[in-house]
Amino acid sequence: MKILVTVKEVAAVEDDFEIDGLAIDERYLEYDLNEWDDYAVEAAVQIAEAADEDVEVVAATIGPERSEETIRMALAKGADRAVRVWDDAIAEQSLLDVDAKVSVFEQVVAEEDPDLVLTGVQAADDAFGATGVALANRVGYQWAAVVNDLDYAAGDETATVRRELEGGVEEITEIDLPAVLSIQTGINEPRYASLRGIRQAQQKEIAPRDLSDLGLDAESVDGALELVDMYEPESESDATLFEGSAEDTAAELASVLRDKGVVGE
Amino acid sequence: MSDVLFVAEHRRGELRDVSYEGITAGRELADELGGDFHVAVVSGGVEAFAESLNTPEVDAIHTVDAGEEFDHDTYTAATEALHAEIDPAALVLPNSVNGLDYAPAVADELGLPYATDAVGIEYDGGLTVTREMYGSKVETTVDVAGDQFVVSIRGGEWAAASGAGDAEVSAFDFDESGVADGSRVQGFEEVGGGDVDIGDAEFLVSIGRGIEEEENLDLIRDLCDATGATLSSSRPIVDNGWLPKNRQVGQSGKQVTPKVYLAIGISGAVQHVAGMKGAETIIAINSDPNAPIFDIADYGIVGDLFDVVPALIEQFD
Ligand SMILES: Cc1cc2nc3c(=O)[nH]c(=O)nc-3n(C[C@H](O)[C@H](O)[C@H](O)COP(=O)(O)OP(=O)(O)OC[C@H]3O[C@@H](n4cnc5c(N)ncnc54)[C@H](O)[C@@H]3O)c2cc1C
Repeated sequence: MKILVTVKEVAAVEDDFEIDGLAIDERYLEYDLNEWDDYAVEAAVQIAEAADEDVEVVAATIGPERSEETIRMALAKGADRAVRVWDDAIAEQSLLDVDAKVSVFEQVVAEEDPDLVLTGVQAADDAFGATGVALANRVGYQWAAVVNDLDYAAGDETATVRRELEGGVEEITEIDLPAVLSIQTGINEPRYASLRGIRQAQQKEIAPRDLSDLGLDAESVDGALELVDMYEPESESDATLFEGSAEDTAAELASVLRDKGVVGE
Repeated sequence: MSDVLFVAEHRRGELRDVSYEGITAGRELADELGGDFHVAVVSGGVEAFAESLNTPEVDAIHTVDAGEEFDHDTYTAATEALHAEIDPAALVLPNSVNGLDYAPAVADELGLPYATDAVGIEYDGGLTVTREMYGSKVETTVDVAGDQFVVSIRGGEWAAASGAGDAEVSAFDFDESGVADGSRVQGFEEVGGGDVDIGDAEFLVSIGRGIEEEENLDLIRDLCDATGATLSSSRPIVDNGWLPKNRQVGQSGKQVTPKVYLAIGISGAVQHVAGMKGAETIIAINSDPNAPIFDIADYGIVGDLFDVVPALIEQFD
């Protein structure tokens, strides 16, 4: 069987940063594998490792050449190979919307024909939280969003998942395969890439694809959403900030705690 | 095609807060569009739900009597059918966990533009949505092309509607027999019971990813010992297995309302804030002066927790 995991290189923003037009200035960004995708990769690799049959884990990403470094992390953690889709038409988008992403992944699914697709619940940068479920609808797979427990063995026709609802309630659901599951953090313990894994990842394939390779044209990623402004939210803070040395600020804080009556004398 | 349709949310017999917030958001949008505002409620005790949702802001209520609890196949099919009938300009859905489980499918099926997790919506000849990116570090304005669209709203951003209205309630004729059955809800389970109930605590010291290593938690335990506080945390601490689930504050953890909530090394992501914004006094210790937690804090220290916390412990020794 085959498991496709969608992964994304996301940027984390440093504490102090500047916005340059419609993006955060490159100098203040650090790139990493999207936190939620890390758990999705681990879930896929665990299924493959526990299986008697051969399970291929393919990572798919939409990202520029730079992102290969990050995608290698997924390969170092056990994915067998990767597909990386990029194109000038994608680079030109101010914001790649859900429909555009799904149009790309739809073709990757058509090419790979996976039994199971795992995605992260959301990407830490644009935080749409919609790609997995929209993709499932597009390709006619079943789905479940915000999965924090997965009971599935390679070859099974159904998976039992827990969906983490608000307020500490979990929903237990049985899903027919093929399916797309969006994976929540905490579902497992993502492994660190071992040195051996990192070495092996250098030999693994990251196949570059552009839109025409997938039978798409520039219009297919021309989404309906356009980013027109980006700014630092105005601080609504009316917090009293204590300033000075650690000792001074701690003393002020301690007196607030005493005033509020939550700590004894 | 200037109407607005909002689909309410409920669980285990109770309408969720976002249902009333969505009424406020939907009404505002309908006024800007110049159309009527429709609310739909799907599954469960729809009659009673319709009564509660019938606030002065609502023009029409549609009940879909199908199943008891949320089932994404039913919700997807019912919402599409309602959309076909009402033909609204805007379909507004909650960006809740269940919203995440069906709204994207609806938008994709209808082939409509979809903006998620809106914290602001405006219509002035075109739809403009305010969203956050990079864990609330930046806010963005997004223009949505097209004269029909789907938008999901973040909970807690609009005031909740209340009061009694006189909208007409009608049962929507919905044929359940054709609904897909590829996923089947088997039940629910409450998680996170255990040794302490952080919901009872008067003083919570809550630790986040800023603590870096599991060993460093001892420092926070020392602070709790010195002050008599109860220890809670943000999600990554629980995800890492450093604290049990019953200590997690937030959307998927516990909602707490202590007298004092001291957030240490916690950025203040929306899903965390959802669990603690009801605290009487919020205090934050964070090295990042721009951390969103300071927006809701009453008192703050911009500083390294590894300097401030030992100094704080000393104050009580
Ligand atoms: C569906 C869903 C449900 C979720 N439910 C929850 C939930 O219930 N509860 C929850 O908490 N999260 C939840 N999350 C996750 C949430 O989005 C955030 O990822 C999480 O809250 C971040 O935790 P944090 O603030 O500890 O970590 P981070 O966001 O990484 O913040 C760490 C902070 O520590 C500060 N820091 C670092 N070093 C130091 C230092 N030495 N001294 C002082 N400060 C320092 C940094 O400046 C930063 O602000 C959910 C997410 C999703 C998608």
